[in-house]
Amino acid sequence: MPVDFTALRLTDVSRTFGRRRALNKVSLTAQAGTITALLGHNGAGKSTLLSIAATLIQPTSGTVRYGDLDADRGGAALRARIGMLGHDLYLYAELTAAENLRFFAKVYNLDGVERRVDAGLERAGLTARRDDIVSGFSRGMRQRLALERALIHEPRLLLLDEPFTGLDEAAREALRARLRSAREAGAIVILTTHDTAAIEHLTDAAVTLVDGRLAA
Amino acid sequence: MRFIRDVWTVTRKDLLIETRTREIVLTTMFFALACVMVFAFGFVREGRPVQDAAAGILWIAIAFSGTLALGRAFERERQGETLRALLLAPIDRPALYLGKLLGILILLAAVELLVVPMVALMFQAPLFDYPLLMLGLLAAGTVGFAAVGTLFAAMLVRARSRDVMLPVLLYPLTVPVIIAGVRGTAALLQPEADQPMARMWLAMLLFFDVVFVTISLWTFEPVMTD
Repeated sequence: MPVDFTALRLTDVSRTFGRRRALNKVSLTAQAGTITALLGHNGAGKSTLLSIAATLIQPTSGTVRYGDLDADRGGAALRARIGMLGHDLYLYAELTAAENLRFFAKVYNLDGVERRVDAGLERAGLTARRDDIVSGFSRGMRQRLALERALIHEPRLLLLDEPFTGLDEAAREALRARLRSAREAGAIVILTTHDTAAIEHLTDAAVTLVDGRLAA
Repeated sequence: MRFIRDVWTVTRKDLLIETRTREIVLTTMFFALACVMVFAFGFVREGRPVQDAAAGILWIAIAFSGTLALGRAFERERQGETLRALLLAPIDRPALYLGKLLGILILLAAVELLVVPMVALMFQAPLFDYPLLMLGLLAAGTVGFAAVGTLFAAMLVRARSRDVMLPVLLYPLTVPVIIAGVRGTAALLQPEADQPMARMWLAMLLFFDVVFVTISLWTFEPVMTD
């Protein structure tokens, strides 16, 4: 049963790892068609927050709601509406660019796999390199491919962890354009970054995490 | 139908990577052969092997090389954090588990294709006199070992000491499988092969398979949730 939602709402979300509190009563709402930036120093809790929003880890306390759904009830159908680009790019270095996209299109049970693979490669500017092994790609090429991997199923919620890291100015502009088109398509985009210059004129909201808490 | 397709998609991906790198199959084959060679020098005196040594060495080679393959198969998913992408995908966790398990079983089958004739040759062991029973013991034993191993390798993928922890956790739990495999094989290698005894051990292995696969399918989702 497909599910959809138009808002992500985190309420008083906390997460501890052993004795360390990574997040402390964080509340955040993001609507469809918006880009929200999560700012903060290393270890502030940004990646933990993204992982909780992605359903990859559970909050110790607090609630995460995707429209009317919570993560437990949403299950696989909810995960099908979430795309994530981590700091590690979630690509198989031993596979080609086309094989990576094809594999993920299949695990998302998408129709028109080859059409989506071709379109993704074209958007990433990698059509000519489609049959090349990913381990031979530059960081920027991998980043573009990873973004298309995260977007191949047209997710409602797109989570990006430091997406501008290691990109040159041309690649940054291409990424900004891709994020704007995802926003126009109605995605809820949440990204973490240290690089405030990269998100200038891009984001609709920005929140700062300090030691696991939202800064006032 | 979707479930089977998902299992095969994961297995096919693992096999595609392996055919390209040949990393796991070559290292495990080399390791298993080295293991058999070393034991052959120790247990074969004046051309005569110690009684029942062949059965034990065959299963030790399978267990050791299996541990190597399990660790490496999940190390690949850790390197690019692709395991997180798989866990985020709308794929049933049991399908993911079975996909990884099937890939490892195919790799171990390839290793066994080499190791079994090698043991038969080095230890003058009549491993092919009862091919169906021997095949059954090998298949059931490998499934039991890999079923537990796949679960633990997945559990430990983010653990810092995973290379040490995997054998420490895996061997005590799979000792019954190894013993059943060794005793079943030894029963077939007697001067007068004891087929009823080998069948009994095969039935025991099949029982372990059902228990281990069921428990692993049941626990894979909770253990993979952080």
